[in-house]
Amino acid sequence: MKLKGAEIFIRALKQEGIQTVFGYPGGVLLDIYDELHRSDITHILVRHEQGAVHAADGYARASGKVGVVLVTSGPGATNTVTGIANAYLDSIPIVVFTGQVPTALIGTDAFQEADIVGITRPCTKHNFQVRRVDELARTIHEAFHIARSGRPGPVLVDLPKDVMQATTDYEPSTPKEEEPVQPPRPASGKALYVLDLIAESRRPVLLTGGGIVLGRASEELRQMARRTKIPVTSTLMGLGAFPASDPLWLGMPGMHGTYYANMALSNCDLLIAIGCRFDDRVTGNLETFARKAKKVHVDVDASSINKNVMVDVPIVQDCKEALRSFNKLLADQNFTVSDEDRREWFDMIDEWKRNVPLSYCPSDEVIKPQFVIETLCNLTKGKAIITTEVGQNQMWAAQFYKFDEPNMFISSGGLGTMGFGLPAAIGAQVAFPDKLVVDIAGDGSIQMNIQELATAVQYNIPVKVVVLNNGYLGMVRQWQELFYEKRYSQTDMTYAPDFVKVAEAYGMLGVRAVKPDEVEATLRKGLEHPGPVIMDFRVAREECVYPMVRPGGSIQEMALGREMIN
Amino acid sequence: MEKQKKEHILSLLVNNKPDVLARVAGTLGGRGYNIDTLCVDATLDPKISKIILSVYQDQAAITKIEKQLLRLIDVHSVSELTETETVMREMMLVRMRLTEKNKADIALIIDTFRGRVVTMNGDSCVIEITGTKADIERAIESLKPLGIDDLARTGIVALERIK
Repeated sequence: MKLKGAEIFIRALKQEGIQTVFGYPGGVLLDIYDELHRSDITHILVRHEQGAVHAADGYARASGKVGVVLVTSGPGATNTVTGIANAYLDSIPIVVFTGQVPTALIGTDAFQEADIVGITRPCTKHNFQVRRVDELARTIHEAFHIARSGRPGPVLVDLPKDVMQATTDYEPSTPKEEEPVQPPRPASGKALYVLDLIAESRRPVLLTGGGIVLGRASEELRQMARRTKIPVTSTLMGLGAFPASDPLWLGMPGMHGTYYANMALSNCDLLIAIGCRFDDRVTGNLETFARKAKKVHVDVDASSINKNVMVDVPIVQDCKEALRSFNKLLADQNFTVSDEDRREWFDMIDEWKRNVPLSYCPSDEVIKPQFVIETLCNLTKGKAIITTEVGQNQMWAAQFYKFDEPNMFISSGGLGTMGFGLPAAIGAQVAFPDKLVVDIAGDGSIQMNIQELATAVQYNIPVKVVVLNNGYLGMVRQWQELFYEKRYSQTDMTYAPDFVKVAEAYGMLGVRAVKPDEVEATLRKGLEHPGPVIMDFRVAREECVYPMVRPGGSIQEMALGREMIN
Repeated sequence: MEKQKKEHILSLLVNNKPDVLARVAGTLGGRGYNIDTLCVDATLDPKISKIILSVYQDQAAITKIEKQLLRLIDVHSVSELTETETVMREMMLVRMRLTEKNKADIALIIDTFRGRVVTMNGDSCVIEITGTKADIERAIESLKPLGIDDLARTGIVALERIK
């Protein structure tokens, strides 16, 4: 069957089971958009290409499926770079298709030409330029396979215009199955050794990360933790994989982690890290990080192991596989731990929890941002999909919203991309039209991709945006307050649009709360509204996120308030 | 792990495609590692190229580099070649200005390093010398005072003595 490149493109996407594409058209993409017009693939027209990538990323994080982006050449392609780098650092499976000038013009500085393959080489898992139409279908299937296999990540496919117009004999090829990942299995001796370490250990801790969410291993994690009675702390990326309502839950560790998670890490004698990569925001000073502990590290990516933290037992394996083999061994050995065995450790942790719970100073005068999130958590019973922007809003969301299920907390962890939350919420909502999706934003971040409100309105994607509006770039201001003697250099954002009017101008609902007693009613009104909403909360301007570990400091040395920072 | 920096030779099997060398170079360069020597050509299978490169780093850095290179889709294998298990050679072409005074000395050096004259053109000649990296460096030192016009070195090629 003779088909045009553009037709093959659509067929290959459909073969991969793709129903939704986030994109923005342009000159070199006209053939594809013409075919798209005829197909039943849903195309969400964003308002900026960065928004398309974050939306596909949010879609992927919420659904576990590969997100797809389609953008034009030159500026369309370069606008995706931040989104791609964001997905790369958080290992999110997306495939980005970029238009390209015709092959004969490549390298001539043609109109809207950019070497996007060269530009994105260091921030994609892999990228391709399709030079011949007969390579097109195979390359597309290969791209999807690479994006979702092993440690997932973004893949870019560059499509020159003439390749889309050329015809070739098309034989539908079978897309590569999502085969179970098979990195080297640990000698079962290694797993047995881990069990011995657990048996000998008096103060074990499980540290889990995004790998548990991406690897769909949260059931296996719960099983292992409960059987071995090991307390669990999870990085930002792994929140929800272990339920916050479980007594073994320690909260998030690290720079803004809970006191008790950081103390547990600093005092444990066995650290079992699974699917995390020891980011500097988690470990603080590497010299003092968990220095009393024997360390086990399970990760699907060999390059994550012994990169930052040197471990005693490295296991290169998919998290789910590894947890399954631990659980099987535990069952085979009829492994049990009595409460008595853990008494001393649980007592220590309980004392830390009692002495320094996660808290803030409530106020009747001004809205505390933490109070907004607590109220949101109560009203939604912890069941909403939460996306965040980056900064204080993100840390408060991670601290005060209690996640019991994976794929519910969607946040830019590695790259820390302001402007991520709104388009990511749109993507998550497209994946789950019937779930409640809330973007927790700051007044700075929301302005970075605010144009996507139009996307939400156009497709009636009912995302709820909670703006914690303090008129500052709050996290940078916090560092300036604490480490730069309150010299607020370029962090005052008092000049901002009226977000209620912005909402109205886009054709959506805008509501506002300025006093603490208005918070609940405002949230109710916003959450119950059937369409997209902005809720503008005028919060305490100079509230800080605590606990806080000084950058580069030891994680057991936490400031719990302003007076303790030095 | 060994903290001491020394020269490490890595041998990579990669897909023989346009941007693969850029990916390999970017993986090292992006992390601040310099490639000191580099030698690339196709293997018996024209779809696969072998890259031999050397990096001056400590063992910990080399281990990280190997792991990062293995993440590249186009890289099939990475192995570190050790001096005891590997034959290593480098080739150099040197163009010398010939004078009545230096001819005899140059001939002696060519003889010492078992090199040969590849071409001679009136008052200049191009010499080929093959040897270990140390041999090549000694040859350069010996030839320098006699007037080197220009030179080109292949960088290290290396092959395991047995499979």
